[in-house]
Amino acid sequence: MFGFIIKRSLLLIPVFFAASIVVFLLIHLVPGDPVDSLLTVGSPPEQRQIITERYGLDKPLIVQYGIWIGDILRGDLGTAIIMRRPVADLMAEALPYSIALGASAFLFYTIVGVTLGVTASLFQDRWPDRTIMTGVLFGSTLPSFWLGLLLMLIFSVWLRWLPVSGARDVSSLVLPVLTIGLGGTALVARITRVAMVETQRKDFVMLLHAKGMHPLHIQLVRVLRHALIPVVTILALRIGFVLGGAITVEIVFARPGIGTLLVRGIMQHDYPVVQACLLMLSMAVILGTFLGDVLQALMDPRARVSLS
Amino acid sequence: MLLEVQDMSVAIGGVTPLDGVSFALDRGQIHGLVGESGSGKSLTAMAIMGLLPLIGGRIIGGSLKFDGHSLQRPETELRKLRGRRIAFITQNPMTALDPVRQIGGQVDEVAMMHLGLDRKAARERTIEILKQLRISSAETLVRSYPHELSGGMKQRIVIAMALAGEPDLIVADEPTTALDVTVQAQIIHILTALVRERGLGLLLITHDMGVVAQACDLVTVLYAGRVAEKSTTSTLFQAPRHPYTNALMASVPRDDMAIGELKGIPGFVPSVAGYPPGCRFHPRCSRKTEICAGSLPPLLAKDKESALACHNPLDGAQP
Amino acid sequence: MMRWLAPLRAAFGRPSGMVAGTWLLILIAVAVLAHLLTPYDYDIQDLANAKMPPNAAHWMGTDEFGRDLMTRIFYGARTSLTVSSVSIGLSLMAGLTLGATAAYFGGWFDRVVTTAVDLTWSFPEILIALILVAIIGPGTTGTMAAIAVAYLAQFTRLTRAQILTLKSETYIEAARSLGASHKHLLFRHLVPNALAPVLVAAMLATGDAIILEATLGFFGLGAQPPTPSWGAMMSSGAAQLFSAPWIILLPGLVLTVTVIAINLFGDALIAALDIRTKLRDA
Repeated sequence: MFGFIIKRSLLLIPVFFAASIVVFLLIHLVPGDPVDSLLTVGSPPEQRQIITERYGLDKPLIVQYGIWIGDILRGDLGTAIIMRRPVADLMAEALPYSIALGASAFLFYTIVGVTLGVTASLFQDRWPDRTIMTGVLFGSTLPSFWLGLLLMLIFSVWLRWLPVSGARDVSSLVLPVLTIGLGGTALVARITRVAMVETQRKDFVMLLHAKGMHPLHIQLVRVLRHALIPVVTILALRIGFVLGGAITVEIVFARPGIGTLLVRGIMQHDYPVVQACLLMLSMAVILGTFLGDVLQALMDPRARVSLS
Repeated sequence: MLLEVQDMSVAIGGVTPLDGVSFALDRGQIHGLVGESGSGKSLTAMAIMGLLPLIGGRIIGGSLKFDGHSLQRPETELRKLRGRRIAFITQNPMTALDPVRQIGGQVDEVAMMHLGLDRKAARERTIEILKQLRISSAETLVRSYPHELSGGMKQRIVIAMALAGEPDLIVADEPTTALDVTVQAQIIHILTALVRERGLGLLLITHDMGVVAQACDLVTVLYAGRVAEKSTTSTLFQAPRHPYTNALMASVPRDDMAIGELKGIPGFVPSVAGYPPGCRFHPRCSRKTEICAGSLPPLLAKDKESALACHNPLDGAQP
Repeated sequence: MMRWLAPLRAAFGRPSGMVAGTWLLILIAVAVLAHLLTPYDYDIQDLANAKMPPNAAHWMGTDEFGRDLMTRIFYGARTSLTVSSVSIGLSLMAGLTLGATAAYFGGWFDRVVTTAVDLTWSFPEILIALILVAIIGPGTTGTMAAIAVAYLAQFTRLTRAQILTLKSETYIEAARSLGASHKHLLFRHLVPNALAPVLVAAMLATGDAIILEATLGFFGLGAQPPTPSWGAMMSSGAAQLFSAPWIILLPGLVLTVTVIAINLFGDALIAALDIRTKLRDA
């Protein structure tokens, strides 16, 4: 079991380097001179020479990459051009907000989604099922930024129950979490319901009934345990969903976070910031996939054979 | 009488796939329920187990009695019988076991649920049952997962689960169909030994006449949801009276057949939606007469162990 | 060509398909004929009439610069529909080619394509889009490239799956043994038969693309002023949340209804073409 995990973790290293190469190439793909991308407007001419030497911009690409990745691995993420502060500091400030938002949203939509999906499957094709699934479908089609604005309008402007923006305290988390959460709930509820319904049809479930087991125990313990396998796997694979949602929601609700940092960096052409944020977000997605594989192996004995 | 099925009819949705089925089974007996797919054999098994609601079915007529008491009781009472006094063996061992649990636990839980044993006692009992089923290295086997076992081994586990509750009646729905021929013989041997040793009743549902010949004391032949013929095994094989039974026997391949001699029965088993009028077999029957297309032949008992539903049986006489 | 009319008509036959399809046709008509349908120009400011709620002169009110909102929504539809359909179209063609070639020829090319697809598939589209906008810069070109790349993995994967299934069908073997060339097999037999589910997926992706385009616009990275876009309208309208909520509500409502309509019509098409199973594994 542990051997499997070790083997899979080793795979992360080449993937990390592959992602870093893509991110590195970013500023070299931007039309124009890379040196210009790294200079602040109105810098003295000597800055060009300093920047060129610092990043080795007159050396071959591979050497440049080596310098860059070496810095990253040592924790030096460069300096923000516009804000003139170390990128690592900016990210360290932004990260806790993003994690709080992402983790809360994930917990919300997982718990609510699984509950709704299980409930819908227990009442298959009757009114609770239809109501839940229609509601969920509707919630998922709404573009997330519009949903956020709508919630803001209702709860902050008209009802004045919650703050409009910012990140002062827990109450400012509610609407952002709800915005990401409603979309995520749809995804999770749908997968859970399908998994439950398909599992119920399987032969071993019939045999459980034949053994005289209580039907609720069968549904909520045995069938659910089985149905959760694809749910957990997809949740981990779809970690991109919560990341994408967090980026959008941070902008809508003017929350500090990696998403805000990234978008601001793009608009200001602040490439060190953009590179660092992209690298971190990419690694988050890759880690999520890795976690999905590990969890699947943990939960399903059959998967350990095929994945090793 | 351990199991008495009297004129039972079962409906699913708007159709009635089982129509007036009757047979009986006693302790120490192996009763074969024979028929092709679509004849209603699995449905009969589900009805006896009380699992019809799972497929949207219900008993709409006749009676079903186990050990003298009706099985048409509230679900909570039936649940106490299932797994404890009436056990079930399914058709496909590959999908019968929970893939994410060790097989030991799956057998243990029957004893824990129905006999009130604790985990340790249940586990000892499981190992004991596995040993009786001639499974060597039972102690290590209990920790394996279903996908690590062969089909034959899995079916033995299913049998172990069925035995764990100390049942009086075992309903086995095509227990050997999905297995290799060599393993089939072993499983049948195990089941027959169990019946003889423990005095259980076994309802053996199958479409394989060879299995019937090997194992069964009594046979009921089903066709399109109705009983065609019922008798002891020897009588059925030596002197079948219903033309369908006769055709079934004739279609079993035998060693002494010449090439090209293999016979089928012309036509197809009718589906529930389109049963022909009168006797349901008459379109395919070589002995059909005028009355056959007009009226359903009633199931008439000849003696305690035989019955026939045919207007023009092979022995010429009416029962 | 005629083949495609039948399923479209069947989709319109279903009640959900008819309502959704009608909305979409109206929207397309509005986008194309915008200049004929409204007396206002989308860019003329009229500060005296700024932030007016819906009234007789301005059926959907005015924004913070006094511009007629309905006009801007109509022209915004033009932007949304053009950007999303062009980029999805490009993505579709590239995906069809990549997926079909990878599935047909197999080998190392297939492995490279599959690895690339698997890696990008788990990335949220917004992130991929942001990466591309970071390189190309904000604006319509950047947005189109962003959308095209974001959905490329999906089309490649789907096409590859379809072709793989079709490749092993006996009529292909028969054609091979009769001496048909790779090019002939690919383009005359395999791709046309794989088209149906991929085209429907493209239609549904267009809905997502419209949302993606609006999100980028909301971030200020999409079509730049003076070109109107729903996302940018809602972004600047956010500041007027208290005083003029219709600036955000109405474009968003049109956007949501459009995307729901695309999804409903797509579902109707799937049911009419009976390809639900082919789309499930993608």
